[in-house]
Amino acid sequence: MRLKLVRQNTSVDFFKNWKRWLGLSTFLMLLAFGSFMVRGLNYGIDFRGGTTIRTESVQPIDVGAYRAALAQLELGDVVISEVFDPAFGDDQNVAMIRIQAQADEEAVTADKIALVEAALKAVAPEIKFVSVESVGPKVSGELIQTAVLAVVLAIAAVLVYIWLRFEWQFALAAVVALVHDVILTIGIFSELQIKFDLAIIAALLTIVGYSLNDTVVVFDRVRENLRKYKKKSLPEVLNLSINETLSRTFMTSFTTLLALISLFVLGGDVIRGFVFAMIWGVIVGTYSSIFVASSILLYLGVKRDWSKPSNTSGNQFANVDA
Amino acid sequence: MLQFELWKKVLIWLTCAVGLWLALPNAFYSRVEQHNDALAAIEVGGETPALAEQVAEWPNWMPSALVNLGLDLRGGAHLLAEVEVADVYASRMEAMWPEIRDALRPERAEIGTIRLQPSDPQEIHVRISQPEGMARALQVVRDLARPIQTLTGVGSTDIEVRGEGDTLIVSLSEAEKLASDDRTVSQSLEIIRRRIDEVGTREPTIQRQGKDRILIQVPGIGSASELKEIIGTTAQLTFNPVVGRGSDANANPGVGNKLVPALEDEGVYYTLESAPVVTGEELVDAQPAFDQNGRPAVNFRFNTSGARKFGDYTAENIGSPFAIVLDDEVISAPVIQSHIPGGSGIITGNFTVEESTNLAVLLRAGALPARLEFLEERTIGPELGQDSIEAGRIATMVAFVAVLVFMALSYGLFGIFANIALILNVALIFGLLSLIGATLTLPGIAGIVLTVGMAVDANVLVFERIREELKTSRGPARAIELGYEKALSAILDANITTFITAVILFAIGSGPVRGFAITLGLGILTSVFTAIYVTRLIIVMWYDRRRPKTIEV
Repeated sequence: MRLKLVRQNTSVDFFKNWKRWLGLSTFLMLLAFGSFMVRGLNYGIDFRGGTTIRTESVQPIDVGAYRAALAQLELGDVVISEVFDPAFGDDQNVAMIRIQAQADEEAVTADKIALVEAALKAVAPEIKFVSVESVGPKVSGELIQTAVLAVVLAIAAVLVYIWLRFEWQFALAAVVALVHDVILTIGIFSELQIKFDLAIIAALLTIVGYSLNDTVVVFDRVRENLRKYKKKSLPEVLNLSINETLSRTFMTSFTTLLALISLFVLGGDVIRGFVFAMIWGVIVGTYSSIFVASSILLYLGVKRDWSKPSNTSGNQFANVDA
Repeated sequence: MLQFELWKKVLIWLTCAVGLWLALPNAFYSRVEQHNDALAAIEVGGETPALAEQVAEWPNWMPSALVNLGLDLRGGAHLLAEVEVADVYASRMEAMWPEIRDALRPERAEIGTIRLQPSDPQEIHVRISQPEGMARALQVVRDLARPIQTLTGVGSTDIEVRGEGDTLIVSLSEAEKLASDDRTVSQSLEIIRRRIDEVGTREPTIQRQGKDRILIQVPGIGSASELKEIIGTTAQLTFNPVVGRGSDANANPGVGNKLVPALEDEGVYYTLESAPVVTGEELVDAQPAFDQNGRPAVNFRFNTSGARKFGDYTAENIGSPFAIVLDDEVISAPVIQSHIPGGSGIITGNFTVEESTNLAVLLRAGALPARLEFLEERTIGPELGQDSIEAGRIATMVAFVAVLVFMALSYGLFGIFANIALILNVALIFGLLSLIGATLTLPGIAGIVLTVGMAVDANVLVFERIREELKTSRGPARAIELGYEKALSAILDANITTFITAVILFAIGSGPVRGFAITLGLGILTSVFTAIYVTRLIIVMWYDRRRPKTIEV
């Protein structure tokens, strides 16, 4: 007896309420956008400049004392937060200190960092500074630009690829699903105020890739079934295709989540935000490939008279032999 | 066709074997690293028994390329510096003045007396007392211009000369500025490289980025400020004639002169001629030494032309002081006692031994042609890197085992076939990373974990398809064949789209993000390879041997 996430031969009707699903997604996107406008993203220094210092000490961390020690240096906005992680030992107390970009400097100068370190040493003599990172406003401005460019380019490239391999309706539907995933991810980052830095952009692009992966597998089957069942209506074909690929969709999402969750729990706090973005992306991406991409495709309609002679899976890759 | 031709079988297994072979050193990371370091040390400093022993820890005939660990895993410092290329324009102009003066002097009959006017440091303004001779003056100065090679302009020269009333204005041409910027950055890059090499750290990354930036990453160094100390000091050494000495910081030094503070005596300012007699660029050697009183000092030696200029100047100016200027501070201003012909000398000052050693290093490596502005600095402590490696290792192991167990439970024997392919897959990723000398970063480890999760996707696609085909097709062989055939287009489409995003990440991202893009991209390549060749080959071999009447996937 095999372990099965999904029964064989499912026949769930995914499109009974397709307008409702699209409505839900639109509502969620508006919510995400609203959160982004109201709360804004908690940008890391990559994007807004400034300095972060990671400290480690044997003594428990007294955030108030740290703050008092740094207040006299007049560094502007200083955020101090304690970091917890199951991997830390008992005498490992970690704090992150973020100092805003200083008005007249490209990067925080060494003297200023030395002052900060000295002030903290005064309150916690055994403190260690395990990482100090400082980004100037000039670079952070450019990093934002390249990050936005990267996401836009990735989506555009994907649009073109799917358009070439399928029909424009498929490409558009896939891209709407992608934008949906990206917006929801940004939304949850602004709602939970998780630090948004360069690594999160990498995660966003991976989500784009992953969600697409899912969507393409469904679409591939849709295309095949459209040729196979010329008599069936589009909603029927879509439903059949999703049902046929459902087992695979769940298997892949589940194995990916297994891997990501182990990284989330055990991988340390440094990449936790990054992994969180990917876990969220896998969940949202799986949802969107079934409910958003296919619903949009249903809404747009598809050209049914394939001029090419139909065979089992007629495209140029189908006959590549191993 | 369920048959593989023999050469295909051989090729597939060979690829896997080579991948495993290349990945092997990473399993013995510290041992191989010691072996490599010892080999490098022997190449530089000769063999010692201790080094030979370290070399022997890893056999020479085995591959020894390792995956580089990024700064976030090993600890170290990262700097992004912008070269202030415009600095050079001013000093070029400064150096040009004596040449212009000497060229105009013989023409005094026609152009009258010449006088340097205060101006923007990137230009030279010269007033001539007989404006009607301007045409002649322009011609003389234009003759000093040197042609430069550019891609666009034929016949461009390095300077632009124009006259405004009685003032002759000389500045660098745009083409020359571009060429100069490029030279300045590559020169800075070279000097930074030499300075870091002198300190002797392992595998520093020193790269040009964009038009005028330099990225410096040095693993194992204590902090970014330590790194800045090594590269940041310009150590621009010049020898200038002294005009006067005073204590007024705001004194007007006069045109063509400049006011420079003394390094040791607070409040003392020297008025010096701006154009130096000799510069540090003409040094061939500098060594830490001690003066006759036993205090730390630096010995230096000029090249031939530097030695001649230095010799001529000292011969002509016995009894007058001249200043040794380091980075716009007067280190000392001794009076010339006698003609110094040999082109060597000693710099004394209140140095500590360490300072004199550092100064010698800086002088030897040459001065940075322009200031550096640091746009980005990152220091990652080795403990944090070690923690990250440890956490990454455990997370990868757990993820790996979880996926293996889940696959076996879901697909039985076929799941185990896929698991063999998955293990090979991770080995291939490490083999490829070592082969191309890529850098593994913390997000890169996440990329591998993600690949572990996603790599089974291609197999899942095939297995699900085989299940479907089993319901309709004639016999297991046909089902397996159709399963692979029909799943192929979905596998390729799905992976090509992900690969596109990995390529974009690689092209645009930097540092850790790029590390992620590399492992993600390589992971896609290897997982497609293992899914459509390795698992398939295993299944075919199993099927050929057993010939089962029915199969269960």
